Amino acid sequence: MGAFDAQAAKAIIAEHAHLDGAMLPVLHALQHAFGYIDDACVPLIADALNLSRAEVHGTIAFYHDFRAAPAGRRIIKICRAEACQANGCEELLAELKSRRGLTADSASGDRLSIETVYCLGNCALGPAALVDGELVGRLTSDELARLCDGASVEQAQIAAGRKMTGETA
Amino acid sequence: MSRIRVYIPKDAAALSVGADAVAAAIKNEAQKRAIPVEIIRTGSRGMLWLEPLVEVATARGRIAYGPITPDDVHSLFDADFLHGGAHERTHGHVEEMDWMKRQARVTFARVGVIAPTSLDDYRQHGGLKGLERAIARDGAAIVEDVRKSGLRGRGGAGFPVGIKWKTVLDAQADQKYIVCNADEGDSGTFADRMLMEGDPFLLIEGMIIAGLAVGATKGFIYIRSEYPHAFRTMCEAIAQAEISGVLGRSVLGDARGFALEARLGAGAYICGEETSLLESLEGKRGIVRAKPPLPALHGLFGKPTIVNNVLSFAAVPSIMADGPQAYADYGVDRSRGTLPFQIAGNIARGGLVELPFGATLRTLIEKFGAGTRSGRPIRAVQVGGPLGAYIPESQLDTPLDYEAFAAIGAMLGHGGVVVFDETVDMAKQARFAFDFCAKESCGKCTPCRIGAVRGVETIDRIVAGIDRDKNFVVLDDLNKLMLDASLCAMGGLTPMPVMSALRHFREDFNRAPQAQAAE
Repeated sequence: MGAFDAQAAKAIIAEHAHLDGAMLPVLHALQHAFGYIDDACVPLIADALNLSRAEVHGTIAFYHDFRAAPAGRRIIKICRAEACQANGCEELLAELKSRRGLTADSASGDRLSIETVYCLGNCALGPAALVDGELVGRLTSDELARLCDGASVEQAQIAAGRKMTGETA
Repeated sequence: MSRIRVYIPKDAAALSVGADAVAAAIKNEAQKRAIPVEIIRTGSRGMLWLEPLVEVATARGRIAYGPITPDDVHSLFDADFLHGGAHERTHGHVEEMDWMKRQARVTFARVGVIAPTSLDDYRQHGGLKGLERAIARDGAAIVEDVRKSGLRGRGGAGFPVGIKWKTVLDAQADQKYIVCNADEGDSGTFADRMLMEGDPFLLIEGMIIAGLAVGATKGFIYIRSEYPHAFRTMCEAIAQAEISGVLGRSVLGDARGFALEARLGAGAYICGEETSLLESLEGKRGIVRAKPPLPALHGLFGKPTIVNNVLSFAAVPSIMADGPQAYADYGVDRSRGTLPFQIAGNIARGGLVELPFGATLRTLIEKFGAGTRSGRPIRAVQVGGPLGAYIPESQLDTPLDYEAFAAIGAMLGHGGVVVFDETVDMAKQARFAFDFCAKESCGKCTPCRIGAVRGVETIDRIVAGIDRDKNFVVLDDLNKLMLDASLCAMGGLTPMPVMSALRHFREDFNRAPQAQAAE
């Protein structure tokens, strides 16, 4: 992931502009490259796709995924939908707040972003989180705290697996 | 010495509990012991409580071991698991396991069995037979078979697939589209994800058949961004299908072609609504369109479009290959075929269970799910996602079919079953239904946009003990209004979980306010 660069952004937009309904692929590619969608992209996209700036801005603003500012280096998307509620996701978040003072969806530092997500499709093995793009199941308060400190995702997955063997034993 | 085949899922759920580390540990241990093994990564069998589930090909068939952690690998080798040796985590022959034997795996027949992106594996397990048969027939005959199968839309609405396809077939246009709704946003559902990760060619095959049936040459799969693994697998499978001449200018040598693209959503629940999804695919805000005109006539870029769920398309190849009657023989009344149910939430044995319609919810939760994970009694079961009703224990004997569920003020939806134990606060769940609607509403219609916010406020007042009687009247009125006047199912069905919570769990709304505050 590099710092925002208008020339690089133009090239990314040009690469996807030929697609039918190119907007979302363009936005995903920009966010993938820079970690967020810089305001300076709006006129560039509008120009390339022959749209008004308002249309581009409105589309970016509509979707939860697109960020207006860089996220933290570690991104934890924690599921707060019903199946994970049934397995205590809200209690995990409450504990994270009392232990660390961290809350979901609040302004993030450059180290960590914790975001709410509604369903990761891991509903039988919740509570679940997507950590830097990798899925973690059977999340515990301790593992979540470790992940917030930047611990390895693989270790959290292995810890979840150990929990599974305890359940079926 | 031939290499022994070891199957380990790379399904995202299996990865979430360490399947990659288990695969690496098995590879290392085999090298250390100089035993040649071939590790094949598969989808998941759906026995998610046993993940990571390792299978070994033996003379007796595939023997299953699970759940396995990297710490267990040494003892697995010591127990000679490579020849099906006894170990404390063995379950014997995987297909002889009770959980598997009691199912009717039609759509999920290959998931967990094959290497998902191997087209050879797909063919060897009966793949592409449906497409080959479809190529030899005209569009009307394909549509007629789909109609005869009784297949209804598996996304949740249950609209007859054959009728939708007929509408698109009869429409005159220079371009038609096939769109797959893989925006599986309902909590408690993961069948689309498991299918895309475990048998992506089945979805591709179903969509090509749809294209041949109605004369569409281009398709899109709209996959939610919360499913990065499914998106990668689909993209890889599409690339394989292009190289192998399944997709492209010519479908398997036929004069007709079909092109397919996977597209990523961007975290908007509403884009699971078909018209919002089409707007999103066109590159716009996911704002719901008024219907009519139907997408079948005026869909993607204004052209006639089939929009179906992953599981609807995935049911089609077997309908083509084995005939519509074989599919229709499963099920009851107007609910024909099978539905891959997903048991989730507070459940001891969660996972995917494909059954013909007609079994009871209790069978699913008790026989397959083995009760709650916490060991406490079940209090409520939400079926059909965040817009589905909360069902009390007393109604668990309701048969799983579209009409039986409608009769109790509930819906099957996409087949997701979320179990809650006795600790659940149903006033909180009802509040969440409104809160979720407020967060995810597209904002186009007032009942949904404003109603959801008023709903949260009203429940807060009731829970706080402020003018309870009056606010219950307001809440009933609000539910009725959203139900009747919303533009789409988002606002129109949000009252379903709320009203069911009020109907079956009224005591949770009537607790002393102090008790609420103390929790």
